Amino acid sequence: MLKLPIYMDNHATTPLDPRVLEVMLPYLREDFGNASSRNHVFGWKAEAAVKKARQQVAELIGATDQEIVFTSGATESDNLAIKGVIEYYKSKGDHIITLKTEHKAILDTCKRLERVRQERLDELKLLRLGQLAERDVSPEEVAELAAKHDLENDATYKKWAEMPTGGARVTYLDVEQDGRVSMEKLEEAMTPKTVLVSIMFANNEIGVVQPVAEIGALCRRKGILFHCDAVQGIGKVPFDVESMKVDLASITSHKMYGPKGIGALYVRRKPRVRIAPIIDGGGHERGMRSGTLNVAAIVGFGHAAQLAREELADEAARILRLREKLRKGLTDALDMTVLNGSLEHRLPGNLNISFAHAEGESLMMGIKDVAVSSGSACTSASLEPSYVLRALGVDEELAHSSIRFGLGRFTTEEEVDFVVNLVVDKVRKLRDMSPLYEMAKEGIDLKSIEWTAH
Amino acid sequence: MAYSDKVIDHYENPRNVGTMDKEDPNVGTGLVGAPACGDVMRLQLKISDDGLIEDARFKTFGCGSAIASSSLVTEWVKGKTVDQAMTISNKDVARELSLPPVKIHCSVLAEDAIKAAIEDFKKKRAARKAQAS
Repeated sequence: MLKLPIYMDNHATTPLDPRVLEVMLPYLREDFGNASSRNHVFGWKAEAAVKKARQQVAELIGATDQEIVFTSGATESDNLAIKGVIEYYKSKGDHIITLKTEHKAILDTCKRLERVRQERLDELKLLRLGQLAERDVSPEEVAELAAKHDLENDATYKKWAEMPTGGARVTYLDVEQDGRVSMEKLEEAMTPKTVLVSIMFANNEIGVVQPVAEIGALCRRKGILFHCDAVQGIGKVPFDVESMKVDLASITSHKMYGPKGIGALYVRRKPRVRIAPIIDGGGHERGMRSGTLNVAAIVGFGHAAQLAREELADEAARILRLREKLRKGLTDALDMTVLNGSLEHRLPGNLNISFAHAEGESLMMGIKDVAVSSGSACTSASLEPSYVLRALGVDEELAHSSIRFGLGRFTTEEEVDFVVNLVVDKVRKLRDMSPLYEMAKEGIDLKSIEWTAH
Repeated sequence: MAYSDKVIDHYENPRNVGTMDKEDPNVGTGLVGAPACGDVMRLQLKISDDGLIEDARFKTFGCGSAIASSSLVTEWVKGKTVDQAMTISNKDVARELSLPPVKIHCSVLAEDAIKAAIEDFKKKRAARKAQAS
């Protein structure tokens, strides 16, 4: 029997696997100890449970347990990797390369580091101009005095500006039309000051998988650290830190049927990668992340990782078959559909598709019994559609018409069949009341019309 | 985000969806919005020679609130004179549909669509008069 509502938004989060819940429960009841308590059985039990989970997570990505740092989730892992590397390696350089299609946890962390650097440079300008003008200089005068004293070519200022600022310079690379990074462009962007490349494993909107092994090899050759936000891909497609030469990797539990609020940062030991902590305290996690460990969640995360590893091959094949059924069902029945991102290099459970001339948010309203996402941002104040789709060069109207389907472990064939019928019906209904679809059918080039943007 | 019952009703049972002959001298067509912004409304009004709105049709590409706003104004303008229709403001639409602040632009678009359709009708009529004289 088909049960409504249907969950098809597994990129946002995944349901907790009942098997995972079972192994967690004792640690929420009688085994409540603090894993740092060294002198009684409660602590020992907790410590043993954490050790086992650490091994389970490590094994999923081909790492050793000493390379796993537990965090509160991938956002924290991303922050820790980037800020930690930038602080620790500040004497080596301060340049980061990343992609425009990265998750906000990467992009906004990078933007903050750019701001830190800019603020430091502004201070230095003020100081140097004070020396040159031989008086106190106010921030309002900087532009005028900088021109007067030719600050950009001042040897002292230039020397100061090259000293560590605590922030970073960042290159945000464009992606190709299929959503993948160009290896040539990546190599061209590298400078002697580049200390970190941060590129995701699989994209959260379009499911496009990046050439991680090639990126890892290039970074290793250039002596640049490689951080990979691997949240969306791990447990869905094979990921191995050794063969892919990944130095740091962000992982989260709730995208692989584990509990929320727990994640990890993989930090390579050989060759040793160092990071400065962003949370100080009792020195947990070998000083990289202080804070009492969330034992029950860690146990769940570990078990989820083990299940993902054991079931990956079968599950990926099953989900891919369902995804293809969904894709073909929709594109066979409807004209003017566009797949966003590479089909070949894509997570098995992802389908991101634009139904031209049918707006995404209204389509979601029409299929309210099915949980999906849209690249249309009509609800946000900006009215800007998905930045990921825009980075791919997807036309704005098509970005507004995009729907992201995320299939997962618990998606059934019956659900897929239901969704195909429902979506086809609602897209047709919306197109019947869409002036754009009518005009497109009449052969009018929508680009030739002068629209009144608002 | 939760939609109001009235938005849901108009979305599920849109009134007066359709297309009129835009060459008809008594039909005024207003096409407002932009595909890139995620909403486009086309409102068509059939207006008698003495300025009474006899019929209205719409087609809208946009979110549920945009569809509801255009559906609502087709109901409101029917039977009104052109001058009366010109007094319908976006605030009336937003209030009737209980639109949240992020959706106010949908009601603005509906008001613009009425004005654009009437403008088009007036232009046509002026052109016709010029031809006749």
